[in-house]
Parts: sequence; structure tokens; C-alpha cells
Amino acid sequence: MKTSTLFIRTPEGIVFSQLLAGPVTRFGAWFIDQLCIQVLLTLLGTALSLLEIVSLEFALAFYVIGWFFIGIGYGILFEWSWRGQTIGKKLFRLRVVDVEGMRLQFNQIVVRNLLRFVDQLPAFYFVGGVACWLNSKCQRLGDLAANTIVIRSPRVSEPDLDQLLAGKFNSLRQFPHLVARLRQNISPMEADIALQALLRRDEFDPVSRVELFGDLAAHFNAKIEFPPEATDGVADEQYLRNVVDVLYRTRPENRLEKTAVA
Amino acid sequence: VIVDLQRFIANERPFWNELEKLLDRLEAEPNARMSLEQLQLFHQLYERTAAGLAKITTFSSEPEIRHYLENLVARAYGEIHETREKQRRFFPLEWFFQTLPQTFRRHVRAFYLSLAVTIAGCAFGGLAIAFDPDAKPVLMPFSHLLQDPAKRVAEEEKATHDRLQGVKTTFSAELMTHNTKVAIFTLALGMTWGFGTILMLFYNGVILGAVAVDYIRAGETKFLLGWLMPHGVIEIPAILIAGQAGLMLALAIIGRGRRRSLRTRLREISQDIVTLIFGVACLLVWAGFVEAFLSQYHEPIIPYAAKIAFGCVELVLLSLYLARSGTRKKLETGGPAE
Repeated sequence: MKTSTLFIRTPEGIVFSQLLAGPVTRFGAWFIDQLCIQVLLTLLGTALSLLEIVSLEFALAFYVIGWFFIGIGYGILFEWSWRGQTIGKKLFRLRVVDVEGMRLQFNQIVVRNLLRFVDQLPAFYFVGGVACWLNSKCQRLGDLAANTIVIRSPRVSEPDLDQLLAGKFNSLRQFPHLVARLRQNISPMEADIALQALLRRDEFDPVSRVELFGDLAAHFNAKIEFPPEATDGVADEQYLRNVVDVLYRTRPENRLEKTAVA
Repeated sequence: VIVDLQRFIANERPFWNELEKLLDRLEAEPNARMSLEQLQLFHQLYERTAAGLAKITTFSSEPEIRHYLENLVARAYGEIHETREKQRRFFPLEWFFQTLPQTFRRHVRAFYLSLAVTIAGCAFGGLAIAFDPDAKPVLMPFSHLLQDPAKRVAEEEKATHDRLQGVKTTFSAELMTHNTKVAIFTLALGMTWGFGTILMLFYNGVILGAVAVDYIRAGETKFLLGWLMPHGVIEIPAILIAGQAGLMLALAIIGRGRRRSLRTRLREISQDIVTLIFGVACLLVWAGFVEAFLSQYHEPIIPYAAKIAFGCVELVLLSLYLARSGTRKKLETGGPAE
């Protein structure tokens, strides 16, 4: 089955996920890399124009060899020294990793880059694109041979909760033990649904909006029942704001600014 | 179960930071060795962080922390569960005189297959020209090969000026890069279950056979040997080795008679394929030099006998290198017999 996430289960039973990069994002990164290669070739040409003064024959020979090395070596060199990234991949937050989560090895990088010769057939990576589209892990032929995948690490952006929840008294916070239980019992998907409903509240027509927030409030209330003094007189939409507030608001000192992989 | 998330994060963060520092060090210095105590600490930190991830995954929010921990666990997992041999520092001479010929011999059956396909192509091309000389324009890809051999030899031997004057180095560079690209393409086509590689090898054989028979029929055998041997005895084996690598890839994909998974089969040959293709590139650099600086000069400038002798010496040295280089070292270290 085709999926955008690869889950790896360690022998200890821990599951971690890797978001797979799709063909369009990868094409974007490839396009940027092609531009970088063109820039490098232009720089090489300019540098060799000085050598032309001494010997035109040598300048041309160096250009031919340089063109070959830059064309083939660009991906290998960058992916090796930047641990699976090229300039294009860095911009698109993509990274080549081993399909089983192991350390990426030099020979894997070489194989995936050499097999571009087949992936780019007949033009614009048609073969690679089709393989990527058909493969459950979005691997082109080079990735298949090298046992690699391309993952994306999107920046985890926090919703603008201040704008959404500003200036409101949260009656649920009076009951920290129930708040703790709520955070424990609500799944990430449920929390996201509540958040998305609030963020997109103005897109609903009035009747649907009332119905939706009524259903969601009932759902969350059924999970953890707060005492009447926390919920009486609180509209369903406000109740949901309070729920999102206690689920998503964390103290600033608990933020981990640094990400594991730069 | 985490009762107080804030306290849990505050308690665990020093361990996560320590693991992150260890991982940074490991990744920055791949050859560094850890002591037993460091290894124990590393494993302990990994297990603790993994357990933290398992706990935090049940939480509805904290996507940042979950993401951070997933990254940490993924990196540590790669280091701890890696069973492949750690990459050693690269020693060019050891690689050239031991690793490359040993790798070639380990997969010599794929080379024989590559050779057999090329010979079949040669036979086809040769017979096609012998029985139907009019097929020449179809079989020969380059215009200069379409010329009558006797006429070409006469022109070459009468030439008074060096037609490669001022472009020899460029010509040599073009030959090297073009042939290396052909070799990589031959290897990469192994992904087509080997059909592409076999087609490339067969087609190369067809051209070679057709050219050879064309010149032999015209009575220009000496010229042919003098022209092709100096660079051909290196260039042709190089393409055969590229075909060998392509066929290894194909055999790993097909996996007939092997109970291991596709992923394992590909992992097993990945390093060897890279070794072979870098070896091919080295051979083609030499062949490019020889073709531009020697092969294109004929009698009376260079006697054919000298060129043929040069080719023979190269062939013997290459055969000895591929068959014998690195064998003594293997016996001394008690490695498996080849």
C-alpha cells in the first residue's frame, strides 16, 4: 500500500516514523541541484578561461573532465559530506537515509547516484518518476538498488494559539488533575481535529459550525467529565478552545529549540 | 504512564542531551572507537530515550518533542543495530592491488557471462558483415568506420600532418568521459533484470565483430591489430567488467535459488559494485590516454609490430593483475580460498 510515512519498529518495540518525500518535492530539489551544477560549470568555465591563455588544449580537456566530474560527483560529494543532503534537498528539507534506518554508507550513495543514468531515461527522470510513483516507499530505481529512501523533515510549526485563545479565562485549568488526565486520554489525531476545527471556524456556515462544535464538545466531555462549575455557561466553541488550550499550551522553558538532525 | 508531562520532560532532558552529544561525536568521527563504559552508557541512553518516545507518543500534543525524540531514536538505532562492517579509511594502493582484483575474482562468473554475451555479439556482427557486406551502414555507428578499410589504411599511412595536433589532450579527455559514461550506463541497466546490460554488451560485440571482419576481409589485419590493441585490450575488458557489475546487480534482483530477501541481496553486492565501477573508471582513464596518444598513429610513424607488442604486454599485465594481484595477502591472513 502506498503511504507517505515509513514506520520503523526497533527490536525494543519502539516505533519511529519517517515522512517519505513525494516525486514532486524530489523533482523540485533536483531542479535546484541542476541550477547549482550549472553555476559550478559556469564558474569552472570562467576559471579555465584563464588557463586558455597558456594552453587552449589543456583548458578544453580540463573543462571536459570537470563537466563529467561535476555532473556525476555533485550528488555523491554533497550527499556524503552533508549526510544525505544536497543543496536542493536542504532547501526542500529532504534527506537520503537507509531504508532500514541504518547508517548511510558511501557505497549506497554512489550506487543511487550512478543509477540516475537509468532513472533519467528517456528524459526528465521519467523512469525514476514512474518507479517512485509505483513504489510504496517512493523509491526510484537507484534508491531500490542502494536500499535508500528520501525522507522529508518539515519544520514543526506551532499554530498561533495566542491569537486563537488570547484574553480568555480557561475554567478547565482550575482542575489540574483532570487536565492531566485529559492530556493522557486524548490521541494526537483527536487533538488535531479540535485544533483544525477552531482554526477553520470561519469557513463553516453558522448552522454547521454550531453542530460541529456541539459534537466535538460532547466527544471530549465524554472522555473526561469536568465538574459543572468548569463547564456551566460555557459555549461549546469556548469549551473546545479551553480543551485545545490545555492540550497544546506548554510552558516556554519546555520548548526544545534544537532539532535532532540539523 | 506520564502523570506530569512538564516534570517528565524536565527530568529526561539531560539524558536526551547527552545522547545527542554522543551521536554528534560518533557521526563527526566515524573511525572513533568507544570504550566498554561509553558503549554501555550509549546503549542505556538509547533505551531510555526510546522508552521516553514510547511514553510521549501516547500524548495528544507535544509534536515538537515527539519529532525531536523520533530523530534521536532513529539516529541511535542506526548506530546500535548496524551490523555491516564499519567503513575504514581508504588506502588507494591497498584498494587497487588487493580489493579490486579480489572483488573481480569473487564474481568472476558474472564476468564470464559478460564475456560470453560480447563474444556472441562479435560472432553475430562478424557473420553479418561476412555474409552481407551491405549491412555495414546498419551495423557501424560511426561514419569513419563506413569507409573502405584498404582506402583508410592507405590514407592513414600517407598522412603527412598530425590530424590530432593541438587536440590530443581534449580528445583523450572526451574518450575517458564518454567511455566511463557508457560503462556506468551498462552497469545501471542491470536494474532491468539484466536485459539492458546484455543488450549493451551484445551491441558492443556486434560493432567489434563487424569492424574486425571488415578489416580482415580487406587484408588489413595488421593495421587492425595495431590500431585497436593498444587501447582495446584495456578498454574492452573495462566494459566487460562494467557488464559484470551490471549482471551482478541483475542476479541480485532476480535472486534465483537464494532465500535471502531482495534488500539483503542488494546490500551484499552494493560495495562490490562500487569497487568494480571505480576500477573500470581507472582502466578507462589509461585506455583514453593510449587511444589518443598512441593508437591513432600508424606506420611509418610507429611500426605496427611495436603497437601490437605494446598491446600484448598490456593484456598480459592486466590478466596477471586480475588473476593474481592480492592473492598472497589473502592466504597470509587466512582468508577464504578464491
